[in-house]
Amino acid sequence: MARHRNVRTMNYEDEYYDEDDVYGHSVEDNYCISPATAAQFTFNRDHHVNLSNYMEEGIPEEEEGSEGEHDPLSDSGSGRRHLNLTEMEEGQLNSCLEEVRNVLGETVPEQVMIQTIINHKYSIEKSLNELLSLQDAPKPQRQPRQNRRNRSQEFAPNPPTVQLKTPVKKTSAPEVINFSTNSTSSPTVDSSKRQPVIGFTPVKNDITNKTKESNPRTQNSQKQEPVSAENKSDVPDASSELCSNNVEVSRKESLQETTLSTQTPKKESVGGATPKSTSKSKQDKAKLKEEFEKRQSGKDLLNLVVIGHVDAGKSTLMGHMLYQLGVVNKKAMHKYEQESRKLGKGSFAFAWVLDETEEERSRGVTMDIAQTHFQTPKKHITLLDAPGHKDFIPNMITGTAQADVAILVVNATRGEFETGFESGGQTREHAVLARSLGVAQLIVAVNKMDTVDWSDKRYDEITKKLGQFLKQVGYRDTDISFVPCSGLNGENLVKPISEPKLSSWYKGSTLAEQIDKFKPVTRQMDKPFRLSVSDVFKGMGSGFSIVGRVASGSVQAGDRLQVMPSGDVASVKNVLLEDSDGTCGFAGDHVTLTLTGMDMAHVNVGSVLCDPNEPIKCATRIRARVVIFNIEVPITKGYMVEFHYQAITEPAVIKRLKSQLNKTSGEVVKNRPKCIVKNSSAVIEIEFERPICLELYKDYKDLGRFMLRSSGHTIAAGLVEEVLKTKSKTEEDSSEKD
Amino acid sequence: MDCPGVLAVPLGSVVVFTPTIVTKWEKDIPEKIVKSRRGKMKLVSRDIDKNSSGCVTLIPDEPEDMWHAYNLVMIGDELRSTTIRKVQNESATGSVSVNKVRTTLTIRVETIDFDTQGCVLRVKGRNIQENQYVKMGAYHTLDLELNRKFTLGKQEWDSICLERIDNACDPTQHADVAAIVMQEGLAHLCLITPNMTLVRAKLETNIPRKRKGSCAQHDKALNRFYDQIIQAVLRHVNFDVVKCVLVASPGFVKDQFVEYMFHQAVKMEYKNLIENKSKFIMVHSSSGFKHALKEILQDSAVTAKLSDTKAAGEVKALDDFYQMLQNDPNRAFYGANHVEKAAELQAVETLLITDELFRCQDIKQRKRYVSMVDTVKESGGDVKIFSSLHVSGEQLGQLSGIAAILRFPMHDEEEDDSDDD
Repeated sequence: MARHRNVRTMNYEDEYYDEDDVYGHSVEDNYCISPATAAQFTFNRDHHVNLSNYMEEGIPEEEEGSEGEHDPLSDSGSGRRHLNLTEMEEGQLNSCLEEVRNVLGETVPEQVMIQTIINHKYSIEKSLNELLSLQDAPKPQRQPRQNRRNRSQEFAPNPPTVQLKTPVKKTSAPEVINFSTNSTSSPTVDSSKRQPVIGFTPVKNDITNKTKESNPRTQNSQKQEPVSAENKSDVPDASSELCSNNVEVSRKESLQETTLSTQTPKKESVGGATPKSTSKSKQDKAKLKEEFEKRQSGKDLLNLVVIGHVDAGKSTLMGHMLYQLGVVNKKAMHKYEQESRKLGKGSFAFAWVLDETEEERSRGVTMDIAQTHFQTPKKHITLLDAPGHKDFIPNMITGTAQADVAILVVNATRGEFETGFESGGQTREHAVLARSLGVAQLIVAVNKMDTVDWSDKRYDEITKKLGQFLKQVGYRDTDISFVPCSGLNGENLVKPISEPKLSSWYKGSTLAEQIDKFKPVTRQMDKPFRLSVSDVFKGMGSGFSIVGRVASGSVQAGDRLQVMPSGDVASVKNVLLEDSDGTCGFAGDHVTLTLTGMDMAHVNVGSVLCDPNEPIKCATRIRARVVIFNIEVPITKGYMVEFHYQAITEPAVIKRLKSQLNKTSGEVVKNRPKCIVKNSSAVIEIEFERPICLELYKDYKDLGRFMLRSSGHTIAAGLVEEVLKTKSKTEEDSSEKD
Repeated sequence: MDCPGVLAVPLGSVVVFTPTIVTKWEKDIPEKIVKSRRGKMKLVSRDIDKNSSGCVTLIPDEPEDMWHAYNLVMIGDELRSTTIRKVQNESATGSVSVNKVRTTLTIRVETIDFDTQGCVLRVKGRNIQENQYVKMGAYHTLDLELNRKFTLGKQEWDSICLERIDNACDPTQHADVAAIVMQEGLAHLCLITPNMTLVRAKLETNIPRKRKGSCAQHDKALNRFYDQIIQAVLRHVNFDVVKCVLVASPGFVKDQFVEYMFHQAVKMEYKNLIENKSKFIMVHSSSGFKHALKEILQDSAVTAKLSDTKAAGEVKALDDFYQMLQNDPNRAFYGANHVEKAAELQAVETLLITDELFRCQDIKQRKRYVSMVDTVKESGGDVKIFSSLHVSGEQLGQLSGIAAILRFPMHDEEEDDSDDD
């Protein structure tokens, strides 16, 4: 009976698995190579399509699914076997290994240790240095994966997928998590690790002490070796840093550390067995820094928003300029011309460069922000074309919140300028909005000059009127410039003036030249990372994409970011800049991030991606200082408003009028006023229906600004002064589930 | 002290409307209203003596009547209605059987619960009239049901309550409007009745922006969003009752949506929609939030159509108040203390007050508000009682719940008002 049962319950696949597997093996191999190792070194059509796996320089596929399946026991033996060591060497290796393991414990896979030791010709000191410096190199990119791997490493110290000749890439991975969790961005630390995160500062000290104590002799021998000269010089640095670095490691330091660690690949190349591309983790911050320096030395990046009253010719002007700059090719332009003429809107051909959707083209109105890039001799411009129509001001606010500088387009035609400029016109409203949203530099493009016969009188009239108004709004004289032009004719955009009527009195620069003259703006690079999401969509491949402008800090592929207010942590798969792979983004960049590891439903427009160590605040009630615009009805408590902040619009209620302030001096005029009338300044409390991620104005200038609108009118601009109420985490969670 | 006696008389001699009477009554009312096919709360009997104590018997006819009932019932009142009670019977042998019995109970009200979305009123209290099933003093919760009469007895019927009964039973005040307030990615489907604004559906979806080269995701998401709205309309809008459907949005969203909806209606054969195509009115609003309803109800095209809705009147009154606050701040007061002072001086021209204040559990407070209303009325002022379920009422509620436009300017010397929030 029993035997029958055995046969019946036998899992045939398991039983016969080995026999299948040995196909193509010699008999001896069968006994000393684990299936996982076998899988790595033997040819199997199913697993390895990529032949480069067999080349020495091949980059090991990290995603290989075989990690979990290997036989833990046979690994270490087989690993060493392939090194072809003499007995003498084997002995040396063993003693070194023991020493190193005393210091490092099990945090480093044995195979890595072996490799490092051999590379350093059995010098414990140097090997330790390298191993330790490897540990400092953060490699957050693969963390979720490595966490898993770490767990498996408790049983098997050396993962079988590590290719013997290319240890660097692999090695950096697991231990990075151990040591860099505090300094870099990983809140989810594998708890199963042997060294608990909290207690590892003393461990570090141990390590360095031990290194010093146990290797007095190697320090001498080291000096004779020129190969490791640079390595040696790192010893005090690295160790002292490790000692001093408490739980909080500043960004700078980690940058330094990583620059140190980047030296390891160089050393490897001396050894002759380097992977073609160094791992991303290695490049990491160092590369980031490098990239940033490169960026700084190159052209300044500026975000430019084009604003103005509806039908001022914003899109046409910019479309024509892009065409003249060569961003749009002739063929496409010809197509636009043909098609627009077919619709009976020939004059809209240039606007079609930016208004790309059916709806926008057929109606001849820009509805949403269009975004393109172009370059001037000194600037790299991200162009945001804002809609001018009153109904789309929320979109315009979204665009302007992301901009550094602006072009205000006004229509020179008689009557048209006046409608845009009078109360309720968008020339006025946009200029005020832009100023309140932090745009300090402004070019006024006096457009459609051809319709007034290039009259300098008209131009002077407009510049005078507008200049006065803009000064009132708060632009500085030196930051405003006026350029007469014609978007449709393409006059005075990029090419020098061809119209004699204009050149007779206008000697200034063209629009493009004027853009080039914008002063560069300072970015908040040193602050923790913040990105306000302006769009979420399903991209190609795995994960999903979000779009937004980096408000502060920097991001690169592999970073882990917290998404607020949902609180989920996602990892960045890649970073797209201007639709090309940039791998990293800095404050001020418009980036598209591909995220993995979280549910798309938890990211909305208005969510903020931030550094998990320093997440953004989520407020349901704030205190703010507001400047009230020219409003028809006064604001009382209980007033319902739309709260425009970055890319979001949320309903909000003014809960309390704290005090009315003197508009210029900021002194309190009246406490608890009954109402706030137009053109005044006040401190108020605002409550939202659901938590909104925001920052205080004093911390982040860009993220502390907001606008209040009500029934289609902008009523106030404000600065966040204090977060009064935040939702607790649990409440958030429950509300998320609802 | 004479309360039980008061109750006992009318309860014995209840006059019930027979169906024939109801239909006859319906014929009397103008044709316009008959269209709406719905009666209002029916007043069956009213027995209030000189001391203004007494009781009233009503038959609620539609969910909104529950709202009226909610505003009438107060703690300490006596409420009599049919209900279902679980009764335990113990037989001679000791076996226990439980059965449900429909019985009529009278309770003294202790707690009142109202579900605004479902329009269900639940009143809990102790039994004050023993019958064969329920002992004196036993707790019971009455669920007021539609089309079942209930009798409410009060020690004191004040003017507010009586007025509410009049309003509730006035069929001319009837007009139901549905409104879809939307913007890209956000839509509210609301039903606006004279006394309530009910959000029937709030739809919020994430619509990806249009990006270079691919609008497919945007269009797909947008169509899905529109489909959701159509489903909500089909589910929640009863075209027999609803006079018109306002579609409001900024920009071109409303046009796009209406076009899409009728396209879909033809395709999917939604007869309801096709037949009622004329009921859809497009209105401009500045956003898709609920408070944009205020703008819509101010729209002249809409007010012309809905001249008799209370909601529009309330919006107008509140707007007037804000205008006055802008033009002459000394003639626009808010906050109970300020307004009370003005009322004493007979300065109040229009008093705006939310019904929320009358629902307050503190009898003294309620009396204070009632007397305020009465003084204003006596001095020839206009009193507008806002429904706290309307958007404008909500806003007034935030603004301390009481506001007044004055006849002549008054200085408010008292700076520190109780800041209640």
